[in-house]
Parts: sequence; structure tokens; C-alpha cells
Amino acid sequence: MNNRAEPYRLELTGITKRFPGVLANDNVSLHVKAGEIHALLGENGAGKSTLVKMIYGIMAPDAGAIEWDGAPIAINNPRAARRLGIGMVFQHFSLFEAMTVLENIALGLDAKLSPRELEARVREVLKQYGLSLDPHRVVSTLSVGERQRIEIVRALLLNPKLLIMDEPTSVLTPQEVEQLFIVLRQLAKEGCSILYISHKLHEIKALCETATILRGGRFVAECDPRRETSKSMAELMIGASLKEIQRSPGRHFGEAKLVVRRLSVPAAGHFDIPLRDIGFTVRAGEIFGIAGVAGNGQNALLLALSGEVTSPDSGAIAVDGARVGRLGAKARRLKGMASVPEERNGHAAVPEFTLADNSILTARDRLGMVITGLIRPGVARAYTGKVIDAFSVKALGAGSTAGSLSGGNLQKYIMGREILQRPSVLVVSQPTWGVDAGAAAAIHQALIDLAAAGSAIVVISQDLDELLSLCDTIAVINEGRLSPAMAVADADADIEKIGLLMGGIHGESHLAAEAAHAA
Amino acid sequence: MRLKFEKRPEASTAMLYLTPVAAVLITMALGGVVFSLIGFDGFGAVREIFISPLVNAYKWQDLAVKAAPLVIIAVGLSIGYRANVWNIGAEGQYIVGALAGTGVALLTHQMSGFWILPAMMLAGVLGGMAWASIPAFLRTRLQVNEILTTLMLTYVAVYILNYLVFGPWKSPTSFGQPQTVLFSPSQSLPYLIAGTVVRWNALIAVVVVLVAWFVMTRSVFGFQIRVVGSAPQAARHGGFSADRTVWLALLAGGGLAGFAGILEAAGPFGHLIPQFPTNYGFTAIIVAFLGRLHPVGILIAGLVLALTFVGGEMAQTTIALPFPAVGVFQAMMLFLLLAGDFFVRYRLVRVKPKSETAPAAETSTEAA
Repeated sequence: MNNRAEPYRLELTGITKRFPGVLANDNVSLHVKAGEIHALLGENGAGKSTLVKMIYGIMAPDAGAIEWDGAPIAINNPRAARRLGIGMVFQHFSLFEAMTVLENIALGLDAKLSPRELEARVREVLKQYGLSLDPHRVVSTLSVGERQRIEIVRALLLNPKLLIMDEPTSVLTPQEVEQLFIVLRQLAKEGCSILYISHKLHEIKALCETATILRGGRFVAECDPRRETSKSMAELMIGASLKEIQRSPGRHFGEAKLVVRRLSVPAAGHFDIPLRDIGFTVRAGEIFGIAGVAGNGQNALLLALSGEVTSPDSGAIAVDGARVGRLGAKARRLKGMASVPEERNGHAAVPEFTLADNSILTARDRLGMVITGLIRPGVARAYTGKVIDAFSVKALGAGSTAGSLSGGNLQKYIMGREILQRPSVLVVSQPTWGVDAGAAAAIHQALIDLAAAGSAIVVISQDLDELLSLCDTIAVINEGRLSPAMAVADADADIEKIGLLMGGIHGESHLAAEAAHAA
Repeated sequence: MRLKFEKRPEASTAMLYLTPVAAVLITMALGGVVFSLIGFDGFGAVREIFISPLVNAYKWQDLAVKAAPLVIIAVGLSIGYRANVWNIGAEGQYIVGALAGTGVALLTHQMSGFWILPAMMLAGVLGGMAWASIPAFLRTRLQVNEILTTLMLTYVAVYILNYLVFGPWKSPTSFGQPQTVLFSPSQSLPYLIAGTVVRWNALIAVVVVLVAWFVMTRSVFGFQIRVVGSAPQAARHGGFSADRTVWLALLAGGGLAGFAGILEAAGPFGHLIPQFPTNYGFTAIIVAFLGRLHPVGILIAGLVLALTFVGGEMAQTTIALPFPAVGVFQAMMLFLLLAGDFFVRYRLVRVKPKSETAPAAETSTEAA
């Protein structure tokens, strides 16, 4: 199909990859020219990582063809990919903390070089791209940006013809991002193609010449980000097929049930996002949605709300007027706060325990399953049976192990376990992640019914469709900060605003500038 | 061709019960071969160690005597192991329990009364708990690994024992021998069955097993231990504190080891001597795992390990097998059990050698 004089550096045609139960890539095509900075854009779960793993030889496609400089090839493993000249910088680094920069680079190389030779080459690369990095520093003393530079140098030592960068800026400061862009532009000028994976629209507009957009494992569009607006790209990424929101007008909410005020939580590790000054209020009957791209502090927020991580400030979180900031998960449950974390196996439920035992895990105190330190198995079984019936969980009974249930059924059980406790406040993360449409509808209905009965509900999700159809109010979390709350009726008219907030543009001034630019 | 281990989709339940039995049987076979090869009567040794004590009725009481402390300690250890708290210093907690109980015995030596023995037992439990609380404190406050601290504190306990029996606690009537005074009748554990060597600790061991079984299956404490061991994150979600669990697990293990210590001192030993530590605390680790960390399993495993001790003593006299051979058999059992567990969860598969970059069209689409 390409009769051009110069073949594409990398051309993917009809790539399909199926995992049990999911079509991760469905007939995806991608064309990267030599010396081009090409963005791969999509929401979480759109299939970006799967596609890239096949390019780097970590997985093999089920169907489709890969051409490299015009010749069909199969890339069987990362070593083969490197031999072709494909380098990759992962989002999470694989470095040994206790070793020096040079030792880490030596460990990652396929070719064996003498330490002196290697150092000379490393210094050469550092000089050529104006990167500052001391080869003899121990990794544990380096900043995240410097650690990334080690990975970049490691890739550059191979003289790559294609460099894959997986969300490289998610851990960098704005200054470090600028420096990175300078290096990438220089590389492209020298003829190296760059495949840049990101969901940060402003960065892509600033850096890339072409963008391939994926949604739900499918190719959606190829465009020139410099000619698009962030809004148009966000719509392509999220999908324009947003459902009509049906909210009875004049719905009105009761008293404030959950009040979060100036909640800050320090980051637990290098790749964790600290929560900064989170504040919001959820009233009785209200469903409050928190949108955002994965890894922007959603997990930390759920842990801080559920009580698995406590706050030193008891007033940071109030449930029904009671200050619970310093209380742990058990005490918060007694105050009426229930939660459902994103990860079902091993967090919300213990896979090897029976469903009855899993009911004891979170419902024991509210529902009298424990008397003087002894468990009442009959009460736990009866309650579990009630959950199974009310939420049509497909399980043999309360004695089935949680691990024997399908993802959707387990999620229905977990949601039911919390909802039937009639909590005043329910916080759920990704309530329908990996759940089939029928189960998702049942879960949504149950949440709406719980709100109608007077509970306050917080839904943390990356699925904007879900939030817009479910929630009364919505806010966006980005890099650990929460945007001001927006009523969904208004937000609907302004999906652009949500998309931009998700992509990391804060404040009205950016929006105004963006709008002016588009006009 | 290359081999690699692959996780089995689901571990078979039957295998979970069969591996301990298989471990014992393979130990017998392998032990027989190995000891034959190094010049002993290997299969004679196996017969003496594993069979003879069973067929000689008068040896059964010896089994009960040896099994009781092993079972009591192992039940305590299993509680910790279920919560992934690796207390391997039960030997030290056992010694300190015995020391604390003996302390009470020395203070009450001139007295008599039914309360003295229970007071000694209580002191034994508290002594073991106190010794285990040091690693608990270090682990929860300073993140010091309990494997190291529990083990090292065992040696400290041995030195304290030696200091006391060579020094301040040495009996004035021992003609210079390092030993405490003999316990008085109201300080000694009575015989369970007259005319045998079986004392009350055999019955106590059974009671400990039953109580532990009930606690682990029916109490919130047992539930907490099980959740923390299976899914620590889920335990936090359920509102169980990780630090509290470490404390509870170590106190349970230490308390029961200390209890076993004073029962042993007030029972078969009758006083403290430098030879008091007989590695029951370490052997109990094997008992706990061989018993699948389940109280009833531990009761059976305790009897099996007691068998090797009793049989080992017999083999010493009948076929001149050195006693350390028993340790070899016991260690082989643990090793084979752990190896068996590995194969229950993983299987060995052959990896097809893959061709490297094949720049040919014919391979471009098949590589799935």
C-alpha cells in the first residue's frame, strides 16, 4: 500500500491480540516514519501497552503483520527487538538501587564491553545529548528524572532507529519534561523515530507530529496533533458516544454526609502520588464522581477515605458530622463509612476464603457476626445468602470460595456486601472494572438505589461514560489534586473541560487560551 | 531444550494432605539408602527409628512424653506462621519459660500448696511471652526482621540458663554440679497414669490442640491471623492492624513455648540443668509444617517426630547408629515436605527453543 520512495520505519497492519475474555487489540494499524515523533494516545485500557509490548517482542500478536523498513518481520523477544534497533524506556524503571549508574547500564546491555570502554561510550552519549548524569553515582542517591536518564542512555547506547517512551513524563517535574523534549527532538532530527505513549494532550501537541488514537483496543484515528485542539483529541480518546444523562430536575440532596477538608497524604513511594489539599462534600442522596487518568492519586484517595491509611488531622474527614480522620478502617465502618477498593482479589476479598468468611471481613461489626470475640458463622452465612440473592451472584452458596467466582460475580458480591450494610457513606473505586454489561447495569442500579435511600456515594472511576451517566456531581483528580466539583448537568455541556482537567491543564486561563486558539 | 517451572492453575487439595505422608515415606526410603551407602545398616536404622517404637507397646509412653512439648510449641508456632510471622526462636522462649517457672519454684521451695504448680505454669507462659515480645517490639517499631531476632535471642537464653545454673541458682547440695535444687512434690507435674512415665503434659497437649483448633476456626483472633497470612491488604481493608497481628502471633508462639518449657522442667527434668535445652523448639518448626499448620495435623506430626526421637535412641543401642542421624532424618523430612509443596504448586514444563529474529515472511504471522 505504500508506494512511497521511503518505506515506513515501522508499519503495523491488522494487529490483533486476545486475552482470556478481552480483545486487547482489534485490527490495529500504525505507521511510524523515519525521524518522526509519533504519539500513541488513548485512555487506560485502550490497548496502548499491549500494542507496544508486541513491538518490543514481549508478546506475539494473534494476527497481523509487522514491517520494519519495508520488510516483513517477526519480533520474538526483546533481544531481537534491540538487535533491530528498537529501544524502550519503561514507565517503571528496572534499576538496582545499591549500584552505580555505570554498573546498572552494564547489566542491561546485551553486548559485553569493558568497563573503561563502556564509560567512554556513556560519556560520549551524555555529551552528545547534553544530559547531565554522573556515571559513578549510586542510583539510590539520584532523583527520578536522573534515574530516567539512565534508562534513556541505556537505550541510546544501542543507536536505536526507534525509541519507545512509555508515559515518560508521569514522574517528571516540568523542568525535567522540558529537558527530555530537547533530547527527543534532537534524536528525531538525527533520524531516530520516537513512539511516544501518553495521555497528556498538551505535551503531545507540543512534541509530536503525528498521533495514533486508540479506544477500546481499536484504531480510532490518525491525526496531526498540531492541527487538532485538545478538545478534539480528548473526544476521540474518550469517544463521542456519551450517553444521555437523565436526572430528574429538581432532585434535591439532604444534609452533608461526607465532608473532606484539606486532606493531604504523603506519597508512599517513588511512583506514588501524594494527595494535596483534597476537599469536597457529598450530601445525602448524592453520587459524587471522581474522574481522572489512572495513577493520579485515586488509589491513595481510596485508602485515605476507607481508613486503611489514616490522617494525622482528625477533621480532614467527617462522616455524619463525626470526625474520623484519625480512625482506622474498622472504626470508620462503625461510623457508617463503607468502601470497595479497585482490586477485588486480595484487597476487597480474600480469594481462598469462602464468601461467608469474606462477609466477616468487612461486615462483622455492623451486623453482629461477632459476639465476645467469637464468630457466629450462622449469621455470616445468612447474610451472605442474602447478598447472593439480592445481587443475583452466580455462586453455589455462601461456602464457595471467592476465588472460584468470575470477576463480575465477585464484584457483584462485594458491592452487595457493602450496600446491604446500609452505610451512610459508600466509597467505591472502579465499580464496574472488567465486569460484563449486565453486571455493570445491576451495580449501577444498586448504587442509584442506595443514594435514593439517603446514603452519600463517592465513585472513583476512569470510565467517564460511567461517571456521567451515574453521578450528580463530578470532580477530576490530577496529580493528587482534586478540581472543584461540577454539577453533571453543567459538566455534560463541558466534556472538554473534564477532558482537559484529566489531561492536566488546570485553571480557567488555560481553557480560555485553548478556546481562543481553537476559534 | 530448556526446563522451567510453571505455576499450576490450582493446587490439588488431595495433594496438600498427601505430601506430608509422602515426605515421611520418601524420607524412610532415602534415609535407608543413604545410611547404607555410608556403611551403616540403613534399612535396619529405618526399621528401628520408624517401626520398632510402634510395635513395642512399652515405648508408646515414651512417644507421649516426647510428643507433648513438640505439639504444644508447634501449635504456638503455627499461629505465627499462618500470619507470616516467622518465629524460629521457640527454643529460646522455651528456655526462658522454664527459667521463669523455675524462679517461682525456687521462691516457693519451702512452701506447699496446690497453687504453686499453676503459679509456675503462669510464670512459664509469661516468661515465654516476654522473650517473644522483644522481637515483636523490634519488628513493629524498627522493622527488624523477626527471623534473625528470634533465632539470636535463643543463644542469649542459653547463656542466661548457664549463668543461673552455674551461678546464683546452683543447688548448695549438688557437690559442685551445675544444677538447681530438685523441685518438691507440689512443684512437680503429677503422673497422668500411675506406673508409667506419662505426666499431665500429655493431656495438656491434647487440650492445647483442641483449644487452638476452636480459636483458629471460630474466633476473631483466628480469623485475623488467617486473613493477614492469606491477604495482608485485605486484612488492612477489613480493619485488622498489621502490627497488632505481629504482636499477637509472637505472644501466642512465645507463650506456648514458655508453657512447654516449664511443663518439661516441672515434669521429666524435675530441676534445671545445662542440658535442659534439647532442641524441641527447633524440631517443633518441622512439626508445625509437617502438620500443615493445623492443630490436629500438628498432633499427628508431633507423634511422628517423637517417633524419630524414641526410635533414634533405640537404634543407638541396638544397631549403634549415632544419635545425630536422627537429626538427618528429621531435616530430610522437612526438606522433602517443602520440595513436595513446591511441586504441588508448580510443575516442570519444557520450553521450546524459539528462533531469534526471523526476517522471513513465512514466520511473521504464526508466532503466537
